[in-house]
Amino acid sequence: MTANYETREHDVLIIGAGGAGLRASLEALAQGASVGVVCKSLLGKAHTVMAEGGIAAAMANVDTADNWKTHFRDTMRGGKLLNNWRMAQLHAQESPDRVRELEQWGALFDRTETGDILQRAFGGHTFKRLCHVGDRTGLEMIRTLQDRGVQQGIDVYMECTVTRLLTDGGRVAGAFAYWRESGRLIVFKAKSIVIATGGIGKAWRVTSNSWEYTGDGMALAYEAGAELMDMEFVQFHPTGMVWPPGVQGILVTEAVRGEGGILRNKLGERFMEKYDPKRMELSTRDVVARSIYTEVKEGRGTEHGGAYLDISQKPAEYVKKKLPSMYHQFKELADVDITKGPMEVGPTCHYVMGGIRVGAETAESTVPGLFAAGEAAAGLHGANRLGGNSLSDLLVFGRRAGLAAAQHAKQVSAPSIDTAQIEQSERELLAPFSNTGVESPYAVHRDLQEVMQNLVGIFRAEEDLKKALVELGKLKARAAKAGVEGSRLFNPGWHLSYDLKSMLTISEAVTHSALARKESRGAHSRIDFPNLDSLWEKKQNIIVRENGAMQRRENPVEEMPAELKQVLAEDKS
Amino acid sequence: MSEATLRVFRGDSNSGQTVDYPVPVAPGMVVLDALHYVQGHLVPDLAVRWNCKAGKCGSCSAEVNGRPRLTCKTRMDDLPQDQPITVLPMKSFPRIKDLVTDVSWNYRVNRKIPAFEPRPGTNWKISQLDVDRVQEFRKCIECFLCQNVCHVLREHDMKEQFAGPRFFVRVAGLDMHPLDGRNRAALLKNELGLGLCNITKCCTEVCPEEIHITDNAIIPLKERVVDEFYDPLTMLFRKIRGK
Repeated sequence: MTANYETREHDVLIIGAGGAGLRASLEALAQGASVGVVCKSLLGKAHTVMAEGGIAAAMANVDTADNWKTHFRDTMRGGKLLNNWRMAQLHAQESPDRVRELEQWGALFDRTETGDILQRAFGGHTFKRLCHVGDRTGLEMIRTLQDRGVQQGIDVYMECTVTRLLTDGGRVAGAFAYWRESGRLIVFKAKSIVIATGGIGKAWRVTSNSWEYTGDGMALAYEAGAELMDMEFVQFHPTGMVWPPGVQGILVTEAVRGEGGILRNKLGERFMEKYDPKRMELSTRDVVARSIYTEVKEGRGTEHGGAYLDISQKPAEYVKKKLPSMYHQFKELADVDITKGPMEVGPTCHYVMGGIRVGAETAESTVPGLFAAGEAAAGLHGANRLGGNSLSDLLVFGRRAGLAAAQHAKQVSAPSIDTAQIEQSERELLAPFSNTGVESPYAVHRDLQEVMQNLVGIFRAEEDLKKALVELGKLKARAAKAGVEGSRLFNPGWHLSYDLKSMLTISEAVTHSALARKESRGAHSRIDFPNLDSLWEKKQNIIVRENGAMQRRENPVEEMPAELKQVLAEDKS
Repeated sequence: MSEATLRVFRGDSNSGQTVDYPVPVAPGMVVLDALHYVQGHLVPDLAVRWNCKAGKCGSCSAEVNGRPRLTCKTRMDDLPQDQPITVLPMKSFPRIKDLVTDVSWNYRVNRKIPAFEPRPGTNWKISQLDVDRVQEFRKCIECFLCQNVCHVLREHDMKEQFAGPRFFVRVAGLDMHPLDGRNRAALLKNELGLGLCNITKCCTEVCPEEIHITDNAIIPLKERVVDEFYDPLTMLFRKIRGK
């Protein structure tokens, strides 16, 4: 072995320190495993911190008729029945316990008059179901988990990027990474690895996602031979900020609509009456995003190309109390007082329902020892995610992934590390420094964002998607030659050159899958195939690497057992 | 579109100087946008920390025109543009590169603070009033701007003896949790150095979350320590019992 890198060993290595990664780490630790958590940012800055609206859990504190069956039904319907039904069942059954557990670890939620956890309405949920604290639920959740993790003794490797999973005869053996701060290299040996790296939004121009959301975890898993599933389902959140230009895409929480916010076009029409007269503003995100997009496209948009979202009919004090960060965000960044007038909002790339294909019970991928949870994993949300189901997803499947990863680590022998893999990873990582290309990775990234925004957006068509694949091919060639200036000391240009590779891989997976799915379902809308196709309800789109190239397959959806069919059929509304 | 000059610190732990960069100014643009422009078009290795760009994660702290700010919430049109806009790294932490500093000390301090522990036999019923009371402390986004301006840390560098305002806010958030059963008074007095704070309120002034750090967190905690350790009756009682 060369001395170019340090080596660390853990039973379970967790990549990503958001809600899923931290919850997984706590569970693995509780099982007696030694746990390392690697994250690209500082601890506590992961995307979970941005989650605003709440955690969906059928606790029935406000609407006493709520139960797991209704939550299951809402999730399946929201996902247009493409969801992994077993995951949807486990999620609905287990999330109340996960919320209570969070409370026992010190999280404080808003309360009902009787002193229980307060729950609010959200799109697609039959009952008031979202446990929340104002509009900063994610912050409360991540602080609670991170402080508990630190107290319990997880080792956190902050500002460290994994660029390759090391394998030993088809199973996971560790990970190759570098410290962002110093540029030094580090190799992790691990019996189990949990991918909890979140999503891919940074491949689009208008997005609510931070720089971290570059699809690394999915790309790592894909390179290691794991299957990606249903990658075409990318959620555009209906309400992002549209003005001023610098803030375009920043999230406006669905809680605004949950608390009674009304959407109007420039003519003053409450346009949701046309698209979903029953649920109106609290329709599912795919429907509301398409509705706003259509209004704008047909010339009824606001001055800056959005819709008006108005909560000013509620008392100012109420708005400030229930939506404090929205109040400040608009006041400080857009000079708008939301207690007095409407916000301008439009769709923003927010979440990917697709991801690494995992087993429902164990969160294990198709590669032995490799697990995935949260946004990086596929299955729970089907074709469209309901608001609030993400935080509960992190808790339920973060825990399951941590549990299964620790158990797996107990059962297997220590894998051996292949130094040839390490040497190859090192060469690839450092290659940009010797590239003579004059182009910077930032320019390639900007062009990638335009391609995905314009050709693989809310509405898709065969011609655009084919064009996107051609463009992605050109971008890959450019990215491979892009040069890096400066040293290895905290060098964002160099960092981006690796992130860019992941984004390109994942963008290709999304585009291939979108091209193949010749129907419109949930968040995937094809102009050339505007209807649901019952054949596609029975198929999952699988992306896998074979013989060095990206291949697409179709997998049959497993038949739902009779008792769950019964649950789905119980309520026809 | 108008143009502004961004005067940014470039350098590492050993040396460095400010460098001027021209940036186009769009409506509503914030300083972080300007830094990203520089990074994306002029100097690709400019080191800047950021995440959410919406004032929620507390990553992009820096000193803008001498004032500690989140660069994602500092609008260019609020700053005079006839002179360069100066962006320097936080002074109280060791420099790594450009605007990125080593804030790992904060994470070490945090480890000293015992987590929430529910009182035995609690029934988990909480009133909204109690939630509202403690909310203020729990909205801290850990931008460390309060740590950066606190003179105990900034001028006197007493990082071994003193935890800094951020962690008094954290202790307040735990101590005033309606169901918490721990006593952190000795920790505050002995290990976190609460007594070193002489309530100049610099921390409160820079908090982007508008937490009243001094009045609502530090002063009540100081009172708690006084009650516990310096109350004459308690002291007498202790003496009698030989403790």
